[in-house]
Order: sequence, then C-alpha cells, then structure tokens
Amino acid sequence: MANSDLQIVAAGLHKRFGNLEVLKGIDLTVRRGEVIVIMGVSGSGKTTLIRCINFLEEPDEGKLVVCGLEVECGAGKDDRARRARIRQIRTRVGMVFQSFNLFPHKTALENVIEGPIVVNNVPRAEAVELGTELLERVGLADKQHEYPSRLSGGQKQRTAIARALAMKPDVVLFDEPTSALDPELHEEVLKVMRELALDGMTMVVVTHEVAFAREVADRVHFMDQGVVVEEAPAHQFFSAPEHPRARSFLRLVEHTQLDGGAV
Amino acid sequence: MWELFQRAAPTLVEALGVTVFLGVTAFTIGSTIGLAVALIRTSKLRLIKYVAVSYVSIFLGTPMLVQILLIYFGLPQLGIAIDPIPSGILALSLNVGAYQSENFRAGLLGVDVGQREAAYSVGMSYWQAMRRIIFPQALRIALPPIGTRFIALMKDTSLVSVITVTELTRVAERVGSATFRYLEMYLIVAAIYWILNFVLALGQATLERRLARPY
Repeated sequence: MANSDLQIVAAGLHKRFGNLEVLKGIDLTVRRGEVIVIMGVSGSGKTTLIRCINFLEEPDEGKLVVCGLEVECGAGKDDRARRARIRQIRTRVGMVFQSFNLFPHKTALENVIEGPIVVNNVPRAEAVELGTELLERVGLADKQHEYPSRLSGGQKQRTAIARALAMKPDVVLFDEPTSALDPELHEEVLKVMRELALDGMTMVVVTHEVAFAREVADRVHFMDQGVVVEEAPAHQFFSAPEHPRARSFLRLVEHTQLDGGAV
Repeated sequence: MWELFQRAAPTLVEALGVTVFLGVTAFTIGSTIGLAVALIRTSKLRLIKYVAVSYVSIFLGTPMLVQILLIYFGLPQLGIAIDPIPSGILALSLNVGAYQSENFRAGLLGVDVGQREAAYSVGMSYWQAMRRIIFPQALRIALPPIGTRFIALMKDTSLVSVITVTELTRVAERVGSATFRYLEMYLIVAAIYWILNFVLALGQATLERRLARPY
C-alpha cells in the first residue's frame, strides 16, 4: 500500500442494513487522476459504496485506504484514533450529493468557504478569495451572495461542487450529481465535472449519464446486487459489455436517454 | 384606579423587576438545560439518555406549583433549605428546561440529515457541525415554540408568589388586601403582564423574520 499513486483502495467491503446485505465484499482501486464511474440499477449498492469511502456509511467489514490513511472496519474497531483518521480522510475527499445539501442559511460563497474556515482554519480573507475564484470557475461569479433558495438546481449543484473543491481535495466523490435535476440542467453540471476531470482530478462518480461516462471515465464498475460484476475500461464497457446484466442495463439506459432527450 | 396605581407604582416597578429577573434567569438556565437534554436525547449515549427522558417526563408530568412547593417547603426536611428567590429560579428553570428540551429536540430532528452529512463531508467534527450548520437551522424551526414558552414562563413566575417572593402577583395581593381593592390591583398587574408579553412577542416576531430571511 506504499504506492502513493493509489488514492483509494477498498478491500472486502461489506455493508448490511438489518438483514439486507447491500455490499457483499467490494474491492475497488482508484489511482491518482483516474475517473471511475460506478453504474448499476437502483438498489445495486453503488450509492452505499461511494458513501462508505468517506464513512458517511460505516462498512461492517473490510478495509479502506484513502489518501494513504488506513481504516479497518468492523465491530469493536471504533476508537479515537480511527475517528480522527476518518475526519482526516473527509478533509481530503470531497463529496457531491444527489440532493446538493447546500447549507440553506448561508449564501453560495459562505457555503464554499465554510469548510476551509471552520475545518482548516484558513483566514477569512484568503478563503473568500479562494471561494470567489471557485464560484467563478463553476460559472457562478454573479451568484456569490445569493442564498440557495434563490438558485436553480443546476446552480445549487455547481455551488456544491465548488464547496467540495474549496477543501482542495485529492479525490471528489459524486453521488448521482444530476439525478435530482431537470434534464435541461444536466449539461451545466456535467460540463463542470468534465473540466474537473480534464484538470486531472481523481473522481469517483455514481451516475446513469452514459454519454458523460463514455467520454470522461477511465474505467467503469458495474454493480449488481451488492457485487461489482464487471470492471472494464470505459470504451470497452460501452462497446462490448460482457455481463448480461450490464448489457440489458445499457440497452435500457441508452434508450431512455435518447428518447427522453436528456444529454 | 389611577391614584391607586400611582400609590403602588414604586412597589410595582420593583416587583416588575423581580418578575423579569425571575423569567429571564429561569429562561436562560432552563434553555441551557433544555439544549443539553435535547443533544443527549438525539445522541447515541444510551444510559444517560434514560436519565434525560425521565427528567423530561417528571417535570412535564407534574404541576409546576407542586414542583415549587416541593423545592421550597419539602427540601428543608432533607436538610436542604433554599431561600425563596433561588428556590423559585430553581423550580422555574427545571420546569422550563423540560419544555425547552422538547422544543430544541423538535428543531434538531427537523433539520435534514443531508445537512449533517454535508458538514461531515468537509471534515467537520460533531460540535463544529452542530454549532455552524445544525443548530442555526434547528433554532429557526424551534423558535415559535421557544417564544411561546418564554411568554408562558413570564406568566408562570406568578406561581412563586406562594413562596413569599415579592414579584408582581404577590404585590397585587398585598396591596389588594391592604386596601380591599383587589379588582383594580389585579387588573393593573394583569395589564403589566400583558404589556410585557406583548413586547416579548414582538421580539420573537422580529427574530423569526431575521432567521427566515435566507429562505
């Protein structure tokens, strides 16, 4: 694990919700600068998997090494040092949520600078400078002082991306970033994500956006019932998917996306 | 009635001071207790949670008058004798604390879980997330019942007149019995309570508007 090129290594992750086993032993490796797309039908465990990477979901079993920080999972593993490592991981791993989760009592700019100021003790002036720059980068220079209630879905999600980037993360996780948006708003968010990928950001993206994945992803992990059933380079996955589930999934998704006119 | 009011005015002003002091002090202490209890009840601390739940159940389930009498007249039997004003503040604080814990709990539970997750996702600790993200939003949700409780508390301070604290109601009773003009005195005191609470309600409305501005 000394290889500093490995940003995320997950080994044998299990997660149960009551009697339901959502993750049945997942292995995942993400290298620096890679864009990994995780696909699968709803209920396949992809969101749970991505939430395990920054411990918003606590895996029941397995081991994670994120940005060089190793965390063992399982009963009785919880202690102060482990919790500190998890917090450290969270400062290095940004997260973009399906439902944005912007802080409604703070303006766009305040949302972005909150993490750097509170967690990293960045001086306010410096944080504001960084925040302004990031909001400009996601095309929201003129919305800095608006509250989330005054922003459209696409603007909210772009603000959320800026918020994640403000922590200068090594990895950004995207949990279905466009699923809560109207179809005509997908593109503005995907554009920001594409630029981010071009800049060399390491990204793990749970999404149904085939066009985006085809274009940007290095590798695709296809999940079914808590297992990664196919892992392949993106071009190979989309041109010649091997697993029958992956084939039927792609047929379904490509059809609806063409018919629906969504990206 | 006017000359009675003028005659009683100095005493009434003093008594109003006591009433406001009792109310504000008990509200401050009670809110602190209430917030702590609400945080415990929304946490994973199993054992102390039962203590918190029992406290709330007992103080919501018994009359405040009985609580006041127990503390002032009952505790001395156990060798704990507390002066009237501290007794009153203690009883009022414990009582309002139970109510406030429920108000704060409702506020905390009303904040979307995604808010906590977003705060954690940038690396915030429990307390950072609570202070910066969760609590400000919980306060906005809980403000109407909190304001109502403050007003109710202001009126409940009248109950400590039974343990000889010379607040507004006790003064009215004393002047009333000395002059046999109960009707006027109680009307005067009722008006003072009403004006006081009217001002409080205005304050609450202003605060609500301010907290609602981003929404």
